[in-house]
Amino acid sequence: MYYQTKKIIFLLVLHTFLISVALSCIGPFIWMINTSLQTETEFSDSHGLKRAESFNLSNYKKVLVDKKLWVYFLNSLFYTFITVTLIVFISSLAAYAFSRLDFPFKNTIFLMFLTAMMIPLPAGFVPVYVLLNKLGLVNRVGYVLAMTNMGLSLSIYLLKTFFDTLPRDLEDAAHIDGCNKLQIWWNVGLPLTAPALAVVIVFNALNVWNEFVLASLMFTEDALMPLQVGLMEIYNRNIIQHTLVMAALTIAAVPIIILYLRMQKQFIKGLTAGAVFG
Amino acid sequence: MTEYTTNNRFSSFSFIIPALVIFAVFYLYPFFYSFALSLYEGDGISTMRFVGLNNYKTALCLDREWWRSMYNGAFITFLALTLQNILAFALALGVNKTVRTNKIYCTVFFILPVLSEIIIGLLMREILKSDPGVFNQILGKIGLGGFASNWLEGEKTALLTTALVHCWRGFGWAFVIILAGLQTIPEQLYEAARIDGANAWHKFTKITIPLLMPVLSLVFILTILGTMQVFTMILALTRGAGGLTEVPVMRIYNHLRGGRLIGYACTEGVVLGVILIAVSFVTLYISKQMRKHYGVLPN
Repeated sequence: MYYQTKKIIFLLVLHTFLISVALSCIGPFIWMINTSLQTETEFSDSHGLKRAESFNLSNYKKVLVDKKLWVYFLNSLFYTFITVTLIVFISSLAAYAFSRLDFPFKNTIFLMFLTAMMIPLPAGFVPVYVLLNKLGLVNRVGYVLAMTNMGLSLSIYLLKTFFDTLPRDLEDAAHIDGCNKLQIWWNVGLPLTAPALAVVIVFNALNVWNEFVLASLMFTEDALMPLQVGLMEIYNRNIIQHTLVMAALTIAAVPIIILYLRMQKQFIKGLTAGAVFG
Repeated sequence: MTEYTTNNRFSSFSFIIPALVIFAVFYLYPFFYSFALSLYEGDGISTMRFVGLNNYKTALCLDREWWRSMYNGAFITFLALTLQNILAFALALGVNKTVRTNKIYCTVFFILPVLSEIIIGLLMREILKSDPGVFNQILGKIGLGGFASNWLEGEKTALLTTALVHCWRGFGWAFVIILAGLQTIPEQLYEAARIDGANAWHKFTKITIPLLMPVLSLVFILTILGTMQVFTMILALTRGAGGLTEVPVMRIYNHLRGGRLIGYACTEGVVLGVILIAVSFVTLYISKQMRKHYGVLPN
């Protein structure tokens, strides 16, 4: 009996602690959505702390009718899609070669990629930006290539270690059936690494989607800006229209939250892999 | 070794050519280029003047604002190391004790690291800034109105607020790594300790902490590296608050944006990079000594 009460009290304290931290995580977002549904007068009354009575969607309408947010969104989708596709193919090819094939300086080159992953390069964006200027690549192509490089080392490392754990039998069978190396990679290697590819895709997609520094240096036109830079622009332009800004932030945050809730495992794996090896 | 892996080394080598080209152009070249640039003065595009180690002299000895930004970064890092990681550790221990609800807690705690620094920064700016003063209103409502303050721009509060927001954003990430570490500790060890009559404190200090040492030192190093380079969130949150919350990378970014101090920006980058590498080596060394001390990982 005594043991029971003690346990219940312990659980009660524990969950109070956990729930209060959880509320601190969610609270600001509830405030954000609530505020985005208020009118500006309602907001100046209650500061978004009362439930939005009018439930007005005019902020969303305003943000969406102004085509800029769409442009930012599509730009981000474009950059993310192209970069992730490039990374998947390039890093999978390289990882396959590092794991299965043989060529001169194999280990040295792999070690080079590993070292690059571990050396912190704060302000690496400075020389990259100067370089892009010199090459005349201050445009979409340059941005995508630079972002591809950012995810490359870690992706190669993750895929290489995954290839190492796979048995070779299937590849041998494919070879006997007359596939060449490229066909083996495409037909056997790539499909077999699907679980690792999922992590690589999520990690890189989030990385590109959330990137701000290089994009803000490179793109000064609205037509080229990705979402993160665009949000700063929207904020600076509408600095007194709090409810409007909150609507824009909600539109930017909700798709990511929904994706995260649906693919939570890959998100956590992708982000911690990025942290652990990056 | 099967035949197809050894024949024709050139065609094998061609598999890594795309990766190697991008890596060489966008990593290797800029890496050495930034050392070269750090010896020059100018905007990097038209006029560059060779000034030798002058930039380093300025950065190391003369530039007070640079060291102030380093201090700001170090302050935020210190709070992240202590407050954020202790909170993450406590939460991980707690969630590890719960049975059915642990999934929900994991989901909630990890939302913040998933969202971009810009979204978090702008959202917290709207809440904390003193013009509509949402946070001050909340304080007033729960009877703490006396604490209301100019959180983002006040001379005493700006840096602390920034550090706290950073910890709030980052704890979920440390939490997930520590929790994963906790779940790898075999249950039998605790079982055996219980039979031997160990109490909760003994179990914690003699089993949990030593076995978690590798994970904790990893979190430690990653917190240092990550926090010293944090900048986007602070840009969105305070814009530097007139130097009060300026961090090293923000300064570098501003030099580059201003367009005239590219060489100096590279110098600052190199200085920060060297310091970070040194700090992570020292941390690695200490954690190895501690693991030796606990006898967990002799090699």
